[in-house]
Amino acid sequence: MSLQFVVNKPRGPLGWWIMVPILGAAVAALWWSALGTHLSISGFIDGLPWIADFIGRMLPPNFAFMEKLLKPAIETVQIALWGTLLGIVLALPVCFFAARNLSPYAWVFHGLRQVLNIMRGINEIILALIFVAAVGLGPFAGVLAIALHGAGMLGKFFAEAIEEIDEGPLDALRAAGAGTLQRIVFGVLPQVLPAWIGVVLYRFETNIRVSTVLGMVGAGGIGFELISSMKLFAYEDTAACVIVILVLVLAADLMSSKLRAMIR
Amino acid sequence: MIEIRGLAKSYGDHPALCDVSLSIRPGEFVVVLGPSGAGKSTLLRCINRLIEPTAGDIVVDGTSLSSNRRDLRLLRRNVAMIFQQHNLVKRLSVLKNVLVGRMADLSPILSSLQLFPEADVKIALHCLEQVAMSHKARSRADALSGGEQQRVGIARALAQQPKFMLADEPVASLDPKTSRTVLNYLKKSCKESNIAVLCNLHQIDYALEFAERVVGLSGGRVVYDGAPAGVSGDVIRSIYPGLDDPNVLDAAQRLTERRRAAAEAEAVLAVEGRA
Repeated sequence: MSLQFVVNKPRGPLGWWIMVPILGAAVAALWWSALGTHLSISGFIDGLPWIADFIGRMLPPNFAFMEKLLKPAIETVQIALWGTLLGIVLALPVCFFAARNLSPYAWVFHGLRQVLNIMRGINEIILALIFVAAVGLGPFAGVLAIALHGAGMLGKFFAEAIEEIDEGPLDALRAAGAGTLQRIVFGVLPQVLPAWIGVVLYRFETNIRVSTVLGMVGAGGIGFELISSMKLFAYEDTAACVIVILVLVLAADLMSSKLRAMIR
Repeated sequence: MIEIRGLAKSYGDHPALCDVSLSIRPGEFVVVLGPSGAGKSTLLRCINRLIEPTAGDIVVDGTSLSSNRRDLRLLRRNVAMIFQQHNLVKRLSVLKNVLVGRMADLSPILSSLQLFPEADVKIALHCLEQVAMSHKARSRADALSGGEQQRVGIARALAQQPKFMLADEPVASLDPKTSRTVLNYLKKSCKESNIAVLCNLHQIDYALEFAERVVGLSGGRVVYDGAPAGVSGDVIRSIYPGLDDPNVLDAAQRLTERRRAAAEAEAVLAVEGRA
């Protein structure tokens, strides 16, 4: 059997030589970053015993502590639920104007996309710090942080789903003399709803994951127990927290993938 | 009576439609023939202002309708449209797709809450009956075949109870047998309600079979406007410049002759019947 190498030569006058500067630049960037981050194999190997020691201290997990974790775990889910819902409420009115094909003016579309970018660009933990300062310690700050960041995410994904619809039915609605509300309800929503539900479920799953760490900055949920147990060197309790967090995240993951499969 | 006066549309320097004037009698079935890019779609879309024309008037029953909101509503209520790709909302039921034709007369709030007056539902069901699709009223639109979807498209247009119907290549993506069925439903149901039809077609044979009047469009201009019996090889050559396929020309000639013969035979029969 004879083999033939079927790859097009890169276009441009340099041909294959174009790969030399590209690979050179990539290697240089990685080398530079390795220096900046003190990347070191020996450092990692030297640290292995300490990691083993840490895991050793976490064992056996303090299962009795889990009883105390029930309330914060429920709170974590509650934060994710309301954070997701408020995110949807914020994103819904915006997304129609942030979709290129429905937005009445180009500047409205570009402006709103930038607003959504900014909302999305700030990490939930940073937002949580701000909201803790505003409304005080506790889960409500976490809800607001997740809602704001989530609105930026949902707004973008909602708008992108709208941009992908078949515009034929919208033409048909226009030709039949339908108004704007009717065009959205009968032309846009039926087409985007499956995609939107998928995005919301994925967002809820992500929010569960995020709300497990919000407690570290005092914004409610199970993260508070995690960080306090570490500060008290009660590593068996830490292990219990990690297990509960894993169960939460896996359950959310499983539920959302099952539900998403059901829509299709 | 629908009159199109001096309709023109240009994209930048490129004229897509030049000074098209047509007047169409109630209930008349008019077919527009023309090569791709001749401006057939542009003509139809300028009439119901899905595309804003550069110049010209659309006159419905003596009233010239401009592009202001009130006139546009009136225009779109009177002029329905059928699309090549059906343009049904796939995830909605057949009945709801037909109710889209009633939208202009319905309250936006109530219809958005999926509440429809019984009278309008009745109209929608009647229109489905006209195209023999009432048995599929509760099916989802994407569960239907291409031909069935186009029949629902016709029902949606009928539900508008328009004076005038625009059909933009309604059978371009259907097989010959289904095409004929769909065109038959279109012609029959519009005759029943005395709706005038302006229908773009690519198939010369269907045009000669179904049309009561043929409009030939080439390079954005009307080059023929008359009876299908008058569509000779020369007319076809003027509509499709550069077309020298003897098969097409022969076929057209034969169809025209057959139609003329049939019309004469009918006339003879009518005379004999009287005698």
